[in-house]
Amino acid sequence: MAMQSKQIFKIGILVVALSVLAACRSSGDAEEAADSSSASESARPGAASTAPALSQEEIRAQNALRQTVFYFDFDIADFKAADRDTLTYHARDLAANPNKRIRLEGHADERGTREYNLALGERRANGILNYLIVNGATRTQIEVVSYGEERPAQTGQTEQAYDRNRRVEVVAR
Amino acid sequence: MRCIFAGIFLSLLANGVQAELSIQITQGIDNPIPIAIVPFFWQGAGVLDEDIAQIVMNDLEQVGEFRALSRSNMLSMPSEEQEVFYNDWRVLAQDYLLVGKIDRATGGQLVTVQYEFFDINRETKLSGEILTGSVTQLRDIAHTISNVVFQHVTGIPGAFNSEILYIVSEGAGPENTLFRLEKADYDGARAQVLLESGEPIMSPSWSPDAQSVAYVSFETDLPRIYVQNLNSGERRQITNYPNINSSPVWSPDGSKLAMVLSKDGSPDIYVQDLLTNELMRITDHPAIDTEPSWSRDGRSLVFMSDRTGQPQIYQMELGASSYDIERLTYDCFQCAKAQFLPDGVNLVHVRRETRQDPMYHIAIMNIETLRTFILTDTSLDESPTLAPNGSMIMYATKFNGRGVLDAVSIDGRVKFRLPSTQGDVREPSWSPLLN
Repeated sequence: MAMQSKQIFKIGILVVALSVLAACRSSGDAEEAADSSSASESARPGAASTAPALSQEEIRAQNALRQTVFYFDFDIADFKAADRDTLTYHARDLAANPNKRIRLEGHADERGTREYNLALGERRANGILNYLIVNGATRTQIEVVSYGEERPAQTGQTEQAYDRNRRVEVVAR
Repeated sequence: MRCIFAGIFLSLLANGVQAELSIQITQGIDNPIPIAIVPFFWQGAGVLDEDIAQIVMNDLEQVGEFRALSRSNMLSMPSEEQEVFYNDWRVLAQDYLLVGKIDRATGGQLVTVQYEFFDINRETKLSGEILTGSVTQLRDIAHTISNVVFQHVTGIPGAFNSEILYIVSEGAGPENTLFRLEKADYDGARAQVLLESGEPIMSPSWSPDAQSVAYVSFETDLPRIYVQNLNSGERRQITNYPNINSSPVWSPDGSKLAMVLSKDGSPDIYVQDLLTNELMRITDHPAIDTEPSWSRDGRSLVFMSDRTGQPQIYQMELGASSYDIERLTYDCFQCAKAQFLPDGVNLVHVRRETRQDPMYHIAIMNIETLRTFILTDTSLDESPTLAPNGSMIMYATKFNGRGVLDAVSIDGRVKFRLPSTQGDVREPSWSPLLN
């Protein structure tokens, strides 16, 4: 397990290094990167270059970083298992960019009392905070704030609105 | 435009319809006490801005104990004792009668309001007084008269001069919302903005002398506790601890603030001395402890904790060890936001009975008999606050998707809703008795 994460970490460093290179080359436009990768993917058979595989990893990292809102189940403070990989990319990104600062904004749906929801929002944001730190981010890079139910993403008394409101948002500072 | 407005106003008066936004009584009692409140005779020129008799009528009907006689059914309209014929009111089956007159005080801008209050069955005058004030104080004078009537009939001091704090949020979308802390009469009249912000404001709370309010504001991007003086408007940031700073509540003697801080990891209850700024930690548990509320004697705190997995209500003596925490609720999926009635035995709280049914009601539980009484039947009820005379509970709920303030009598028999304003209204906090 430890071996594996070390391996992943190394790949992560590589990805970051390559993405910095890519940024220098093409001003970092994500779509352009995507285009060139699919082009090289179609040229894959036969060609044994390692560039296409790394480029895919790069896309995965970029897509992961583009997801900045993480939703939670009712009454649950742990982030969803499906978001684990995405959050790992966020952690590596912070590790690779020590000057980068983010804010984790925790939210709750309107059911339950307001003060409890304020605390629940913090508990959710702290869950992500701890995961980011375990995976390489530094505590000082991350500020946590809970808004409880005070800033809903969607108003209304529907399950859909409640699902949208139980969330943690990653905000660049 | 002003002419049209004046025209509408006059036509409302002409129809005998009161111009003020009145509270909507959503549930009354079966046998309210019949009372006749005669329009007060105004001896000056022009029209007064406030109809004292109408305000008294609204006050008394809102609390549910009374039903006021319609003006159109009155056989006479006396304004002082000599003009009162008891039989006029006995044939209309009235138990009580209130009459009065308003005059300009000699020489000044002030007015005098004379009222007299009668028991029809005993044919006696129960009370009478002359009150003096400016025309802008007519509402206050009316509420004072309501207090006198209420106390005579029920034996309980009236709370009609009391005020409320509450939060309003307005505007579409998370980025365009405006938050306001407002103060108004208990019936929603004369609302005043105390603070407006683009960031959330939460948890308003009165000092026991009613001179100051404490609240949480996110104006620095982080939740911090502020105290604002209502007379001078001066405000002071009280806390700047890392993480959550919330739930400020004044001790009964006004010297301390109970609050919730998560600076040491998880939200715990603390008490800060307002003079020395000394901070005392009350609870120490990795779960969420929040919503502190003082016992009447100021020696213990009631609070909510989810240490068993779901919110339940606990009580703890100040200075006791954290092992001496007493759990008060057991029979609900979630019980939260508790506050003792003046008897120290009955606990007002927010209750969700089962996991399956996501309904949040205001309830009262007797902590000795464990008997529970659910007071409300709407589904998202929260933030209960007790009237200073202990007779009613105001709370926030949703109506047609918007936050509104409702009130219910502590026996659950009477309910009223405050007049709607713009935006989402919530977190009412009822003042102490004001003089």
